[in-house]
Amino acid sequence: MIDKKFIGKVLPPFCAVAEAGQLRLFAKATGETNPVYLDESAARDLGHPTLPLPPTFLFSLEFQQPDTSWRDELGIQMSRILHGEQSFTYHRLAHAGDVLRFESRIADIYDKKNGALEFVVRETRVTNQQGEHVADLRSVLVQRNG
Amino acid sequence: MTSLKFDDVKIGDTLPPLTLEPVNRTTLALFAGASGDHNRVHIDTDYARKAGMPDVFAHGMLSMAYLGRLLTRWVDQRQLREFGVRFVGITHLGHQVTCTGRVVDKFEADGEGRVKLEIQTANQYGEPRVVGEAVIAL
Repeated sequence: MIDKKFIGKVLPPFCAVAEAGQLRLFAKATGETNPVYLDESAARDLGHPTLPLPPTFLFSLEFQQPDTSWRDELGIQMSRILHGEQSFTYHRLAHAGDVLRFESRIADIYDKKNGALEFVVRETRVTNQQGEHVADLRSVLVQRNG
Repeated sequence: MTSLKFDDVKIGDTLPPLTLEPVNRTTLALFAGASGDHNRVHIDTDYARKAGMPDVFAHGMLSMAYLGRLLTRWVDQRQLREFGVRFVGITHLGHQVTCTGRVVDKFEADGEGRVKLEIQTANQYGEPRVVGEAVIAL
C-alpha cells in the first residue's frame, strides 16, 4: 500500500525548456498539420514570438524531472501504473525556448476496491522565466495491485 | 481559423469531429519519443505481456493530444482556459480514434464570455475511451 503519510509531499522543483525541434516531432507524432505548431514564421504571423507549446505538452516536460526517486519512495511500480485523469488550467501560453519551472506536490493518495486500485494525485504549478504563472496541472495515477 | 463570437455559439452546437488513422506500433514509438513518455508498456510487447496486458497500447496522453487538436482546430489556443479528461478505457492497436465535442454551457467569468464543452474520444466501435471537458473564452 502507498503510505498516505506522503500526502502533501513536495517534489524537487526543476526547470525544463521545450525546444522547437521537439515540438515539431510532437506535431508529427500527433498528426498535427496546423502550421502554427510547425513553422516559426506562421506562428509569428499569428502574433506568437515563436512556436507555441500545444495544450498537452507541459505534461511531456514533466518527464524531464531529473529526480524521480519519489516514485520509489512512495512504492510506485511503473509497470502497474495507468493514467487515470489529467487536467490543465491555463493562464498564458508557453513557447519554444521558454525556461519553465515545475513545482509539484502529492495532493492526495487514496484507494478503491480494498486496495486493489491505489490513486496518487500530483499537482504541478508551472511558471516561466519572468515568474509569470503559465498553467496548473493535475495528474491522477492509478496503480493496479494483484 | 474561424473567429467565433460568443453570441454565435449555442448550447448543443457540435465541433467538427476529428478522425485519426488507426493506432499502430509506429504511432506509439513516435509518440513515446516525441512526448518523453518512455514507459515500456507502450513500446515493448514482451514487457507489456509481463505487466499483464495482451500487447502494447496507446498512451492516454496521445488521445488527449488528439483532443487538443480538436480544440485548436476550432479556436486559437490562446482562448483555451481549461482542459481536463478521464481515461475510461484503453485505446488498443488498431483502434481508430474519433474526437468529438459539444457545447454544454455558456457563462461569463473574469470579464469574458466562456463556453464549456464536453469532449471525448471513441474507437471505431463507438466505445468512449477518453472523456472530459474544456472551457474556452469567446
